[in-house]
Amino acid sequence: MTQLPQSTERKMGLVIDLDTCVGCHACVISCKGWNTENYGAPLSDQDAYGANPSGTFLNRVHSYEVQPAEGHAQLIHFPKSCLHCEDAPCVTVCPTGASYKRVEDGIVLVNESDCIGCGLCAWSCPYGARELDQAEGVMKKCTLCVDRIYNENLPEVDRVPSCVRTCPAGARHFGDLGDPDSDVSKLVADRGGMDLMPEMGTKPVNKYLPPRPKDNVEEQIDILAPLLAPVAEEPKGFLGWLDKTLEKL
Amino acid sequence: MNQPIINTSPKVSDEVRKTTCYMCACRCGINVHMKDGKVAYIEGNRDHPVNKGVLCAKGSAGIMQVNAPSRLRAPLKRVGPRGSGEFEEISWDEALEIAVGWLKPIREDNPEKLAFFTGRDQSQSFTSFWAQNFGTCNYAAHGGFCSVNMAAGGIYTMGGAFWEFGQPDWDHTKLFMLFGVAEDHDSNPIKMGIGKIKARGARVIGVNPIRSGYNAVADDWVGITPGTDGLFILSMIHVLMKAGKIDLDYLSRYTNAPVLIDASEGPTKGLFLRDADGKPLVIDRNTGELTAFDKPGVRPDLSATYEKDGVTHRPVFHLMAERYLSDEYAPEKVAQQCGIPAKRIRAIAGELARVAFDEAFELDQEWTDFRGEKHTKMIGRPVAMHSMRGVSAHANGFQTCRALHVLQILLGTVEVPGGFRFKPPYPKPVEAHPTPHCKVTPNSPLDGPHLGFVQGPEHLALKEDGSPARIDKAFTWENPMSSHGLMHMVISNAHAGDPYKIDTLFMYMANMSWNSTMNTKGVMEMLTDKDENGDYVIPHIIYSDAYSSEMVAYADLILPDTTYLERHDCISLLDRPICEAEAAADAIRWPVIEPDRDVRGFQSVLIDLANRLELPGFTKEDGSAKWVDYADYIVNHERKPGIGPLAGFRGENGDKEGRGEVNPDQLNRYIENGGFYVAHIPEGADYYKPWNTAYQDWAVGMGIYDSPQPYLFQLYSEPMRKFQLAAEGHGERQPPEHLRERIKETLDPMPIWYETDQHGNEGFTVNALTQRPMAMYHSWGTQNAWLRQLHGRNPLYVPTKLMREHGLQDGDWAKVTSPHGEITVPVMEMAALNENTVWTWNAIGKRKGAWALQEDAPEATKGFLLNHLIHELLPPKGDGLRWANSDPITGQAAWFDLKVKIEKAAAPSDSESQPEFAPIKSPVGKGPKDLAWKVGK
Repeated sequence: MTQLPQSTERKMGLVIDLDTCVGCHACVISCKGWNTENYGAPLSDQDAYGANPSGTFLNRVHSYEVQPAEGHAQLIHFPKSCLHCEDAPCVTVCPTGASYKRVEDGIVLVNESDCIGCGLCAWSCPYGARELDQAEGVMKKCTLCVDRIYNENLPEVDRVPSCVRTCPAGARHFGDLGDPDSDVSKLVADRGGMDLMPEMGTKPVNKYLPPRPKDNVEEQIDILAPLLAPVAEEPKGFLGWLDKTLEKL
Repeated sequence: MNQPIINTSPKVSDEVRKTTCYMCACRCGINVHMKDGKVAYIEGNRDHPVNKGVLCAKGSAGIMQVNAPSRLRAPLKRVGPRGSGEFEEISWDEALEIAVGWLKPIREDNPEKLAFFTGRDQSQSFTSFWAQNFGTCNYAAHGGFCSVNMAAGGIYTMGGAFWEFGQPDWDHTKLFMLFGVAEDHDSNPIKMGIGKIKARGARVIGVNPIRSGYNAVADDWVGITPGTDGLFILSMIHVLMKAGKIDLDYLSRYTNAPVLIDASEGPTKGLFLRDADGKPLVIDRNTGELTAFDKPGVRPDLSATYEKDGVTHRPVFHLMAERYLSDEYAPEKVAQQCGIPAKRIRAIAGELARVAFDEAFELDQEWTDFRGEKHTKMIGRPVAMHSMRGVSAHANGFQTCRALHVLQILLGTVEVPGGFRFKPPYPKPVEAHPTPHCKVTPNSPLDGPHLGFVQGPEHLALKEDGSPARIDKAFTWENPMSSHGLMHMVISNAHAGDPYKIDTLFMYMANMSWNSTMNTKGVMEMLTDKDENGDYVIPHIIYSDAYSSEMVAYADLILPDTTYLERHDCISLLDRPICEAEAAADAIRWPVIEPDRDVRGFQSVLIDLANRLELPGFTKEDGSAKWVDYADYIVNHERKPGIGPLAGFRGENGDKEGRGEVNPDQLNRYIENGGFYVAHIPEGADYYKPWNTAYQDWAVGMGIYDSPQPYLFQLYSEPMRKFQLAAEGHGERQPPEHLRERIKETLDPMPIWYETDQHGNEGFTVNALTQRPMAMYHSWGTQNAWLRQLHGRNPLYVPTKLMREHGLQDGDWAKVTSPHGEITVPVMEMAALNENTVWTWNAIGKRKGAWALQEDAPEATKGFLLNHLIHELLPPKGDGLRWANSDPITGQAAWFDLKVKIEKAAAPSDSESQPEFAPIKSPVGKGPKDLAWKVGK
C-alpha cells in the first residue's frame, strides 16, 4: 500500500472542452512524441507495421454517438488521460510505492525504477488511464508533462503539457484547479465543468466542459420569421420595392 | 512524504531547426528538435502565420514519416513485368540517362508525347515551368480530381476562393457556416478558427451528410442529401431576396448586379453592354446616364434599365430577381429533395439575415475606393462561410460553388469585417490570370503557361482540326473551364489513345494505381496492358515518390524523392501561398537532416534532367546550366525582373520585400527567421481589398500586380455566357452537336442547380461518400506507425435506418454495388448520418506489399477503397462516346455523385474485403516488428 498525501499544495490539471474538441487526435500524437523522447522509458509500439499494431499512449480520444430522444444524433469526441485524482486508487493499490501523488502539485506519477509492472494500478483505475508498456514492462501514464511545466530550458509560454500546447481547437486548458481564481477554475465555473464518473469517489482533478445544447435554430423561428416577411411576392413587386429602397439609400 | 526527486528541467534538445511541415497541404511552421544530429521531437512554431504554434496529429507524427521503413532507398529500374514490383537498384546517373533517353527524342519529335502530371505537388510554379520549357502541353497537378470547382467557382465569381485564397474573419465573425467540408482543407487554421469563435459563443452551422469532425461540434447540423447543396443555397437566396434581406449598397458598388446586359438578338445577346474602352456599363443613379462602371463618382443603379433601338437592356439584378424569386426555389419546393425541412431552411436563412444585418457593426477605419470615394467607416457583416471538397466533387459542383459565393455576396459579407476575406495574392480578377496555352513545337518551349482561366471559346485548348490539344481534354467543349486539368482522365485517355497516344507518362506523388484514381482495377489493367506487338500501350512510365506506394510497382523507372525534412522547397507567392488575410507570407523547407539513402529531392532531379536536356529556360546563352539544384533555383530564378519564388529578404542587403534583386543569402535569412517571411498589409488596406486603393497600391509594390486591378464581383459570369452563345450557333469556334444542349443548360451565367447525370443509376439509390480522417487529411502516410494506430480500419458506415432495413449489425459484411462494380466490406452503424448515405474513410485500404506493411495488416485485409465503384467514365449511352464522370463545366472529378445499393453478405471465406489483389513485391522489404523510438540518451 502506498499513501496519498493528506493534501497537495496545488491541484494541477486539465480542463477539456467537449463542446470544441473536433476529435483530431493532435493531443494524442503530440503526447506520444514528447513522452517517447522524455520522462522515463519511450512509449513503445508493438507490431508497428503489422496486423495488430498496439502501442503505449498516455492520452487517447474516444468518439461516442449520442442519440437524444428527439432530434439528430450527435457525435462527442472524448479525450481521456489520467485525471490526477485526489483520491487516486492507483496510488494506494501500488505494492512498491512506485505510484505516487506529488505533494507540491498533485500530479500522479510512476517512479519507473520502482515499478514491477504488476498492473494492479491499471486494474484499479476506473478510467482505464494507465497503460503497461510492453517493451519496458513498466506502467506508463500521463505525467502532466512534469518535465515541461517547470522546465527552465523552455520559454515560459511553452511550460504547459504538450497536448495543451498543440491542441489546434484550443479545447484543452491547463492550470491550478485548487485555486478558485485561476483561469481554469473560472472556466469550470462558467461552463458547468464536470467530474468524470464522480460516483467512483476518486475526486478527479481534471474537469470536462459539457457540449452546449445543439440543433435549436428551428426553435428560434418565431424570432427569425419576422425578419423574413416578404417585401413582394413576385419580381415586379420586388423591383418596385427596390426602387423605393434605393431612393432611401 | 518521501517522494522521488525528479529532474523537471531536462535538456529539451541540442538545437531547434525551424522548417515547414509537409504532412499535409496545410504547410504549418514546425520546430524540429534535434538531439545528436537526429530528429527528436516536432512541435508547432508559435511565430508562424499559419499555425501559430499548434500542430495536428500528422505534424507531430512527422518523426515516424522520416524514419518510415517504406522510404525508397535508391533509383529503381523495373526488371519484372509492370505491376509485379520487381526492380533493381541503379545509380542516379543510369536512372537519369534512361530518362533522357526517353525524353530527348520526344522533345525533338513531338513534345506532347510526354504527359507530366504531379499529384500532391507543392511546387507547381516550378514543375509547370519545367514542363513549359520541355514543350509539352500535357501538364497539370491534382486539382482536377480534388477541388477545382471550388477554386474556379471562386475565381470566376469573386476573384478568389476558400482555403489558400481566403479565410473567415475569425476575430469578428458571429456566424460560421460550413458546407460539405469533410475534415480537411485546411487543417489547423479551421480548427483554430472554430475554437476561437466557439470560445466567444458564436454559432457554427455545419451542412454535411456526415456529422463527424467539424460537424460534430457544429451548433446546428444540416444532414443534407449529397449533391443538393446548390438547391438549398438557392432556396436561401430566394428567401433572403424575397424578404429584402440583401445588402443593396454593397451590391450596387462592388458587384456586377447593376451592369447592363445586352438584350438585342444576335451574337452579343446576354453579354455586358460595354463602352469603346471595353468597360462594362451601368446607369449612374446621380445622372441617369449610361456610364462606365468605374468612373469616379458614379453610383451604379441596381434598378434602372436602358432603352435603345426599341430594346430594353436590363441590369443583372433584374435577371436575378426574375430567376431567384421564382417559387421553384421556395423552401417548401426544395425541402424533400434536399432532405431539409422547409422550416429549417427558413430558420437558417433568417439567422443569416439576423446576424448579417441586426448584428452589423462598424470599424472606425477610413478607406478610399477605386472610384475615388472616401469612406469613414468599414461596415462589418459578421457571417462567414467555408466549403471545399464536399460541394466541389459533384458534377454540379461548379454552379453550387458559384451559388454559395452569390449568397455571401448578397449578404455583403465578402471582404468586410466579420465576413470572408481574401489572402494575398488574392483578390485577383479572372482577367489577371493567364489563359491556357497548348501550342507544341518540337525542340521548343510551349507558347505559354499550360493552365489558366478561359474567358471564352477563343481560349479553348483545341488543335486546328478542333480536336483536344491536351491528353486530359482540359479546356475543350466537354469541360471548357477546366482550370486545373483533369488528372483523373490522363491514364484512361492515354490508354484509349483518345485524343492521341503518348510515349511517356511522368508522375510525381500521385497514387494513380490505387486511391488517387477512379476505377482502380481498370487503371491497373490500363497501366499493364500491351498492344498487338507485345509492347505496353503506355510505353514508358517514370514515377517519383519518397515511399513505396502502390504506384511504384507500375512504373518502369523510379526516381526516389526525399522526405520533407531532407529537402529544399519554397512555398511561394507564385504558387499556392500560405498568406493570411492581413499579410502576405511565404516559406521554405530546408534539409534539417541529410538523407541516409541514395535519394534526391524531386525538384533538384528535374533541374538535373533539364540541364541534361538543355531546356531553354534552364540554360544560359553560353549553353551552361543556370542552376545546379532547386535551392539555387529558389534563390536565383526571376519570373520577372526583381520577382522570384521568395518575396522576403530580397535585394543586395536583404531589406526588400516583394520586388528586389536576387539576394544570394536569402535562404539563410529565411532559416534565421524561422523558415518563413511575413509582409503585413497596412492597416486600412486589409478589408475591401478588391476595391481599396490602399490595398491595390500595396499589392503593386509587393509585385502581386503590375498595376492596380480593381474589379467587380461577377454575379453574372460573362465567360459562361460566351460558351452558351457558341452553343446557340454564334461565333467561329463551334461545339460538336452532341454537346450543344449540355453547354446551353449547364453554362448558365447565373447560378443554377441541376441534378447530375443519373443515366445508368436505376436501382442504385443510396449515396456513397468518402472523407479523410483529420489525422490523415491530405497526408502521404497511412503507413505511419503512430497514425495507423488511430485509423487503421475503415468499415463502411451505414445509417441506422439502412442497417435495420438490411438486417445488418456491426461487424457484418455487406455487398455494395454500383453501376460500375461491387465490393464486399465490413459495416458499422452510424446514427449521426444522413439516412440515405453510406461512407468510409478514404485511402486507409492498402494493397498487400505496399508501404512496407506486413501483408496481414488490417489496411491490406479489411481495408477497402470505394474507388472500385467509381468509374472515370459515365455508363455508356450507346452513342459510342466516352463521357467523363466529371463536372461538365470544369472537368472536376465527380467522386461524390456515386450511387450504390447495399445488401447483407456472408463474410468472405478469408474474412478479407473484396476485391482482393495479389501482393506486390516490396522494393523496400517490410517494417520492423516493434518500435521504441528514443534518440536522446
